[in-house]
Amino acid sequence: MDSINLPVTLSELSDPLHIKVREILATVSDPEIPVLSIIDLGIIRDISISQENESNGSEITLQITPTYTGCPAIDTIKISIRMALLEAGFKKINIIEVLSPAWTTDWITEKGRENLKAYGIAPPQYQQSVCSPDSFQKEEAIQCPLCNSYHTRLVSQFASTACKALYQCNDCKEPFDYFKCH
Amino acid sequence: MSKALVSYLLSLADNTLILGHRNSEWCGHGPILEQDIAITNMALDCIGQARNFYQYTAQLMGNHTTEDSLAYLRDVTEFTNCLLVELPNGDWAQTVLRHFLFSTFQYYVYQQLQNSSDPQLAAIAEKGFKEITYHVRWSSEWVIRLGDGTEESKDRILQALDTVWGYTGELFQPADFDLQAQQEGWGADLLLVKRNWDEKIKAVFEEATIPMPATTWMHAGGKQGKHTEHLGFILAEMQFLQRAYPNSEW
Repeated sequence: MDSINLPVTLSELSDPLHIKVREILATVSDPEIPVLSIIDLGIIRDISISQENESNGSEITLQITPTYTGCPAIDTIKISIRMALLEAGFKKINIIEVLSPAWTTDWITEKGRENLKAYGIAPPQYQQSVCSPDSFQKEEAIQCPLCNSYHTRLVSQFASTACKALYQCNDCKEPFDYFKCH
Repeated sequence: MSKALVSYLLSLADNTLILGHRNSEWCGHGPILEQDIAITNMALDCIGQARNFYQYTAQLMGNHTTEDSLAYLRDVTEFTNCLLVELPNGDWAQTVLRHFLFSTFQYYVYQQLQNSSDPQLAAIAEKGFKEITYHVRWSSEWVIRLGDGTEESKDRILQALDTVWGYTGELFQPADFDLQAQQEGWGADLLLVKRNWDEKIKAVFEEATIPMPATTWMHAGGKQGKHTEHLGFILAEMQFLQRAYPNSEW
């Protein structure tokens, strides 16, 4: 531990302190979709840890990116991150909001997608269906998270939160949310 | 450059704040639940974008300026949004038509701003562009649905067009900050935006069986702080709390 102020990035998993921070962040969830951790949501863009001397402890700097510009969850998420890290004994915490590159649903992890589906929200398709402004486009075939049928229809591109669209299954008739591509 | 950048950002911010406020007036009043949710989602996107622009402006201005002081403590003549966004909602046809005309404009502006030489402006535009794409799609579908719908819906959309079309010219009349923005490479080229906008409007109107309006006299002044009477009423409602109870927090 004699390396001073060495930045550690998200991909460098070998450092035990970094793994610990990541594990703590994995316990923080999106307040509107509690089955999705912020790691699985893909909004943590960078974790850097400056390892100072033992009495001062480590300084953690996180880069976080919002899903939608108007999403009110981001403020709650920032507070939750701070609380979780404080509870684990980290005192110096910087949270920086970055906008570019813009968040995309492609950054939601496989585990996140599975959790969404189990929770009753259809997970986003990968990028091929990224939205263009053309009207009355051919609808994507979205799988019903309840009965697995692809025989579904779009009810509205906008739903209970900014990140979702509203669908209905033509077979089991249940309405469901789709985490729309972004 | 900084002064023109501040003016440019404020104009972008004011446009999105005021349009967001107008669309939010539909909350609880939409024609059906799904569309009530849709228009208020778009209001939220607009206000989110406004926050990004105001936050960045406040950072450039310094001197204890905040996003809140910019939104809540400036008076009518200091707002530089275009007149189109402050017009009352009218009926559903007028609301969706205005949103279509304006979000198509925003779409092409943000498209260019993604390549702005100012990195923070480019980042905000990159983020907003994805959201506006959904707005253009949704609002153009409504224009087509109403234009090519029943006699009543057609009638309504044509009336709406009469009301709002005269406010579209201002979008493309460059203010001083627009000219400087373009010259210095951090703003959008409004001539190019206009070309793209014309093409898109024409295509959607054609599908909606709406005739393109003839060239007409256009209202202007918003970018110079000369507003219709409507903006004062919006600000009275929006700013009341901060004016009556300074620094109060939620």
